[in-house]
Amino acid sequence: MTRVARHVAALAFLIALTAGPQALAPATASAAPTPRASLTDIENDVMCTSCREPLEVAQSPQANSERAYIRGLIAQGQTKQQILNNLVSQYGPAVLGKPPANGFNLTVYILPPAILILGAAILFVTLPRWRRRTKASAAHPTPGPTPLDPQEARRLDEDLARFGG
Amino acid sequence: MRRFAIPAVALVVAVALLALLAFGVAHQGTSLSIDASVARGQFPMAPDAHTKLPLLGAPGTTSLANMRGKIVVLNVFASWCQPCVAEAPILEQEQRQLVKNNATVLGVTYLDNSSDSEQFVQQHGVTYPVIRDVSGNFVKSFGTDGVPETFVINRRGRIVALRRYQLAGNWLQQTVSRILTQPA
Repeated sequence: MTRVARHVAALAFLIALTAGPQALAPATASAAPTPRASLTDIENDVMCTSCREPLEVAQSPQANSERAYIRGLIAQGQTKQQILNNLVSQYGPAVLGKPPANGFNLTVYILPPAILILGAAILFVTLPRWRRRTKASAAHPTPGPTPLDPQEARRLDEDLARFGG
Repeated sequence: MRRFAIPAVALVVAVALLALLAFGVAHQGTSLSIDASVARGQFPMAPDAHTKLPLLGAPGTTSLANMRGKIVVLNVFASWCQPCVAEAPILEQEQRQLVKNNATVLGVTYLDNSSDSEQFVQQHGVTYPVIRDVSGNFVKSFGTDGVPETFVINRRGRIVALRRYQLAGNWLQQTVSRILTQPA
């Protein structure tokens, strides 16, 4: 495997990693039955609309009202996604903990992996250069200090002798 | 030249990210330009007047444009908001006077569940129309970032007065009386 191919493979792995665990999950997982929604699970992804806190920590009357509404939807047998859609249709997108992936909000989803990939790409380019430079400098050590000419050597000896050296 | 390529790319990316951050911050905050215009006496047109929103507890939609020619007291409220509960009787009392003068209160729900809003309407005997702004974009165009807020819109669709917090005293009555006496 050439050096370029190794770099490309490493970059591809990094992209797959940033795409999330879903990207690496086997295709058969999507055929599995949808698990039953739970209040605790949904509370993690939902905000209390009046106090603007995650629902899991909010204790206001509105938070309790939202919880009661979610419990009702769970009792109807709705899936987590159906419940989230229902909450958005009632309270608007502000009820979601994570903003919907459209418009300016896309930056939240695109920028972090983009920065990670860019940083990795810069390292892939610069690290081998630095290593080459270090190796080159090790192979050709810099010459030592130039020897003093006799006149300077004599002056130095005199100075040292004067200071008791 | 190649020595400077990577630092240049990094610099461009850093500047681009900062520009994006500045853009996001500038566009996420609420605009108080309406307040400034009203304070200067330059009454701005009510924004998003043609946006049709669903009526609460009734089929159909309505918009501010549908009410052109009427004085509209636009009240943004939520069932979970205690000041909204406190001002509901004031608005309902005013509505009884407004309907006699080709004017109306128009309630807009804010981040509220429709069943909770309907319960609020029943509990407080609200008779004026109420619309649901589920996306929040309509009230955001008024600079609304909380409740309650009240905007008085004249017959020509211009915002002539507003209150960013709970109605108190005779503010609404006095404001509406003044506008009712103005020529259409």
